[in-house]
Amino acid sequence: MMGKISKFRNSYLWYSFKNDKFAITSFLVFMLLLIIAVFAPLISPYNPYSPDNIFILNAEMPPFWIDGGSKEFLLGTDDQGRDLLSTMIYGLRISIIIGIGAVLLQAILGIIIGLISGYVGGKIDSFFMRLADVQLSFSYLMVAIFLSAIFKAAFGVGTFGEVAVPFLIIVIGLAQWPQYARTVRASVLAEKEKEYVQAARVTGFGSVKIMWSHILPNCLSPIFVLSTIQVANAVMSEAALSFLGLGMPVTRPSLGSLINSGFEYIFSGSWWITAFPGIVLVILVLSVNMLGDWLRDTLNPKLYKG
Amino acid sequence: MFAFVVRRIVQALIVVFVISIISFAIKSNVGDPIRQITGVSVSEKERDELREKLGLNDPVYIQYFRFMKKAVQGDFGVSYFYRKPAVDVIIAKAPATIELVLVSSFIIIFLSVPLGIYSAIYPKKLFSRFLMGGSIVGVSIPVFLTAIVLIYIFSIQLGWLPSYGRGELVNVNGWQTGFLTVSGWKHLILPSVSLSSIMLPLFIRLIRSEMMEVLESEYIKYAWAKGLDKYRVWFIHAFKNTLLPVITVGGVQLGITIAFTILTETVFQWQGLGFLFMEAVERSDTSLLIAYLMFVGIVMVVVNTLVDIIYGLVNPTIRVTGSGK
Amino acid sequence: MSENLLNVNNLVVNFKMRSGEVTAINDISFSLLKGEKFGLVGESGAGKSVTGFSIIKLISKPGYIKSGEILFKNTDLAKLDYESIRKIRGNRISMIFQDPMMTLNPVLTIGTQMMETLMAHKNISKSEARKIAVEKLKKVHIPSPEKRLEQYPHEFSGGMRQRIIIAISLLTDPELIIADEPTTALDVTIQAEIMELLLQLCDSMGMGLILITHDLAVVSQVTDRMAVMYAGKIIEEGNTLEIIENPKHPYTEGLIAALPESASTKEKLNQIPGNMPGLGKIPEGCSFHPRCTKMMDICLTDEPELKEYKSLHRKISCHLYNEKEH
Repeated sequence: MMGKISKFRNSYLWYSFKNDKFAITSFLVFMLLLIIAVFAPLISPYNPYSPDNIFILNAEMPPFWIDGGSKEFLLGTDDQGRDLLSTMIYGLRISIIIGIGAVLLQAILGIIIGLISGYVGGKIDSFFMRLADVQLSFSYLMVAIFLSAIFKAAFGVGTFGEVAVPFLIIVIGLAQWPQYARTVRASVLAEKEKEYVQAARVTGFGSVKIMWSHILPNCLSPIFVLSTIQVANAVMSEAALSFLGLGMPVTRPSLGSLINSGFEYIFSGSWWITAFPGIVLVILVLSVNMLGDWLRDTLNPKLYKG
Repeated sequence: MFAFVVRRIVQALIVVFVISIISFAIKSNVGDPIRQITGVSVSEKERDELREKLGLNDPVYIQYFRFMKKAVQGDFGVSYFYRKPAVDVIIAKAPATIELVLVSSFIIIFLSVPLGIYSAIYPKKLFSRFLMGGSIVGVSIPVFLTAIVLIYIFSIQLGWLPSYGRGELVNVNGWQTGFLTVSGWKHLILPSVSLSSIMLPLFIRLIRSEMMEVLESEYIKYAWAKGLDKYRVWFIHAFKNTLLPVITVGGVQLGITIAFTILTETVFQWQGLGFLFMEAVERSDTSLLIAYLMFVGIVMVVVNTLVDIIYGLVNPTIRVTGSGK
Repeated sequence: MSENLLNVNNLVVNFKMRSGEVTAINDISFSLLKGEKFGLVGESGAGKSVTGFSIIKLISKPGYIKSGEILFKNTDLAKLDYESIRKIRGNRISMIFQDPMMTLNPVLTIGTQMMETLMAHKNISKSEARKIAVEKLKKVHIPSPEKRLEQYPHEFSGGMRQRIIIAISLLTDPELIIADEPTTALDVTIQAEIMELLLQLCDSMGMGLILITHDLAVVSQVTDRMAVMYAGKIIEEGNTLEIIENPKHPYTEGLIAALPESASTKEKLNQIPGNMPGLGKIPEGCSFHPRCTKMMDICLTDEPELKEYKSLHRKISCHLYNEKEH
């Protein structure tokens, strides 16, 4: 273990990270958001899901630094009288859970399919790649919107609300596995012909072991880069769905739903209901995107030649 | 080349087939068509009779066949809300979306190409860095949020531009266009800018990174060695090679743009297909939902196939040998 | 008396790396007479390609010419601005790259890539350019040249592509051709043909040739004079056949001995022990001394200079010959 840590310390990855202010900043910001999300119940001033905290009379109070606001509700309240800050914190939590959950699903599914497809080849490979082609020609957002719409229409709002989180994870997850599968498959095809794989085969290792311990580690860098992009996409997709009312229900709003409910109130002057969740959403996605960019630049082998 | 085209068309047909199955599945399982047609105050017995008459008790594949037969003729059923055939409603609302997408595409193409090329050739200049920084922020802001912010600034605070609707329209042979009036254009600005807000930075980054890679290649170095004029090297030698991967990505992005029209039209109350779709969802108007699905599906398939074919035409290695080597 | 076509004087080329500047070409000088064929020989990394590119100021970033002169018939190329050097590139000095597969732009026809060179430098019409292109294709023995002009690079074999590149280099009737490993990427059977063609064309058109290669066999068949480069410097220069039959510098000796032809049958192949130092890691004193079998004390501390030894008809950079008169 210590060996691995010191190896990491001496690696180019760490060197590049230490010296890139943007990378460090975005990493810290992301970690901060992650911590807030994980410890939401401890950090949040109120529990926005508890009916005790929904007091219609409190509705639409502005942030505390504006007339009419109070220190009790730091960022104001939403249209249902819930403390905006608390609702945002829980909303952030939902956005992150769905974002990371969906990507885990896509990744696992995509990696397995990619490994099998690339390693085994033949008819199985053709089948999966055709499937991936067809699926990629559909915009995943369209698919997600459609599936949610149909689900809601078929099963009603109530049921939908209960299974919203896992449903969204599955929908967004299923839609995007082809990206991972293709990336992994490309790496597998490249590695398959290399000597160390032939050597392992000759020594009698089983296929699964070869795939897992030999080929997979070499495919890791494109997977990591892809994952950052996908987390950003997943978070944005969930926000879009919630904004349309096809995502998280109003009782357990995510950042997207908050932006939606706040939209109508912009015209009457209560801009904070949309603004603050919007800012947090952008910061979340931006930090992930910047990390992804840095990762892509660092892991790009072409740059080593410079 | 011919083989290439045939293969793409077959793939397209398969996709359309899949979409039709999904549409049919929706139609037969979501909502109760009987209730939609008759309303609540009809007796159970009469409903059963109607069910029999409409052939809803027939085996699935017969129903599917009937569905496809009608679909091919353009009959997707009647929208119970609009009380008109779903197809007619779609055709009536399509121009709004098409005009929006057209203007947005123009913005994207006419800005991303020069900006992308510039930042590839002069990556260290301040403007290029600013563009790159701006692009990352741009792709991190969801379309609907951009729309809301634009409305807040330009409609609410400054009052320069309208925040909803299409404005004054002119009827040209049944096509309600907003292109012929000042009011129409004013209404087009904010929605089309919002719609472009994610695609534009994406394309700038894409063109820039592809072009930078191309500029490092041997044949570009050779072009310099031949003493060619720099504009020729950049635009004829480098850019043509950059176009190829950009065309491929462009096709895929179209599908995403369709999803974005739903978001944008919702914010701006733009009476196009996206807005229509959301209404249909709200009201469980299955005929409309299916008609929308088929329409969007076919449009996407056609565009993707066209993009693939165009790519095949532009890329000489495919055009001449017919294979994708 | 032929005049000098090219005079390279004290050329120094540096690369700006993250860790500082490294010197790739460390003060080299050589000259070329009109119509002469000159070989620039050395291992990979010795700096020969960089030298070739420097002549037309085409060094890839982060490289640049730090000092020195490149006199092409009295004009110092090193001091020219972009527009001026552009007029010389592909016009009076043409270059042939190593891999014909990568050198031709895959999305443009051969015709376009040929005619654009002509039209960039001469004020002629498209149809005239076409005629000249066809004529040059004939000179490199490409059959049905008129049809071929409309075709794309991927429709030709490797050997034919290199012929096309040679044809492109002849389009403007240049005075000098710089060929960087022109046959390395080709099949062995085609290599000889291409070299023969190049030689014949240079002779008939009176063009100078700088042949950059690591292949001593090719150099011996084609060039009149040659220079051997090691770690960014020229360590021996003279008449090609004389050098090959009678090498003076220990490194050159080693190179020639290392040729498979030099080893008697059933003997081990001769090798020069060790590796050529990379950029920035060049040892003190003579850069070759760690691998030299004839190393003396002075070699550890003093860098030898390239000096002309008239009696030996050779330029050598080695302390072994210091006592001999110049």
